[in-house]
Amino acid sequence: MRRSMLFIPGNTPSLIVNGDILGADSIILDLEDAVSPAEKDSARILVRNTLKHLGLKGCEIVIRINPVDTDFWYKDLDEIVPHKPDMIMLPKVNGPEDVKKVSEYIAGIEEKCGMEKNTVKIITLIETTMGVENAFLIAGCDERVTAMFLGAEDLTADLRCVRTKEGAEILYCRQRLVTAARACGVDVYDTPFTDVEDIEGLYKDARFAKALGFTGKVSISPRHVEGINEVFSPTKAEIEYAHEVLDIIEEAKRMGRGVVSLRGKMIDAPIVNRAKQVIEMEKAIYGGTDHE
Amino acid sequence: MKIVKNAVAGTLESSDAYVQVSPNEAGIEIVLESVVLTQFGDAIKASVMEVLAENEVTNAKVSVNDRGAIDCTIRARVETALKRAQGEN
Repeated sequence: MRRSMLFIPGNTPSLIVNGDILGADSIILDLEDAVSPAEKDSARILVRNTLKHLGLKGCEIVIRINPVDTDFWYKDLDEIVPHKPDMIMLPKVNGPEDVKKVSEYIAGIEEKCGMEKNTVKIITLIETTMGVENAFLIAGCDERVTAMFLGAEDLTADLRCVRTKEGAEILYCRQRLVTAARACGVDVYDTPFTDVEDIEGLYKDARFAKALGFTGKVSISPRHVEGINEVFSPTKAEIEYAHEVLDIIEEAKRMGRGVVSLRGKMIDAPIVNRAKQVIEMEKAIYGGTDHE
Repeated sequence: MKIVKNAVAGTLESSDAYVQVSPNEAGIEIVLESVVLTQFGDAIKASVMEVLAENEVTNAKVSVNDRGAIDCTIRARVETALKRAQGEN
């Protein structure tokens, strides 16, 4: 289960050491925008040592490497991949060829280190107009791609429009990314809400992203993690309904009934699948009852 | 690894360490300042020595100003400074 993903600058030890107690399901140790060119070497070694010695248990570890149009990305991978981060975040993905290039390089390191193939997954950061238009091809191009993430700041610069809190300018991009990701069976994460002080705005933005179909949301501030987790967790009513659905399905199986209804509504396969997803999330968040 | 020039890594911020490396003619010299010198001074020096050994550095002066960094941070800053001091980056 991954609802919230929190960026942490890759060259700031005081933030990194506390990364796993900030409540985020994933932390993203950033070697790209948060690190100046002169400090790339330093951050790379610090993040590698963090993976090697510190571990950061209790949350998923994602490393944002530098984009493929720089000379940094393969150096990042050389240091990071042998220490088995959960995922590599690849920024500024324009098309499948960017992903393939990185995936093949990771495969070489995995083989050299005796790691199982595809141990390290990829989350693609889509933040260019080309990337948005190629979203479906990117989502389905490689086994390592397990998630996508929309980055609206760079994207709106590429679109040559103003980034607003309301986000009308990125609606098409959000919907296109969700559709592409869902069509390929990968998770999809919404762009950060960048006003750290506006908690009400964060809730509104996160609820809208959830309504569009996003799996979760990325954050640049620990202050937003709690709100994102809350919005992207099933509500008490959703959990109760999911249990009712699975209970009535089990009962129908026992009774040999083919068609069942609950609260006056026919329970079909999509509703059952949705109920199973909710129960899975309940178990991951709170521990829960098995419906096997 | 031969240390050929002066180099620094890290910062003086909390939980970090500021490491300076310079050439030395006669072996290893470590100068340590730390907010936890009494409790962890020996352990920090041992970590610095380990990183020097891993990088096959036999002649260097290493100054560490530790601001409460954990072990893996100190090791990272020393390694970065060493690599910069050999002119790699």
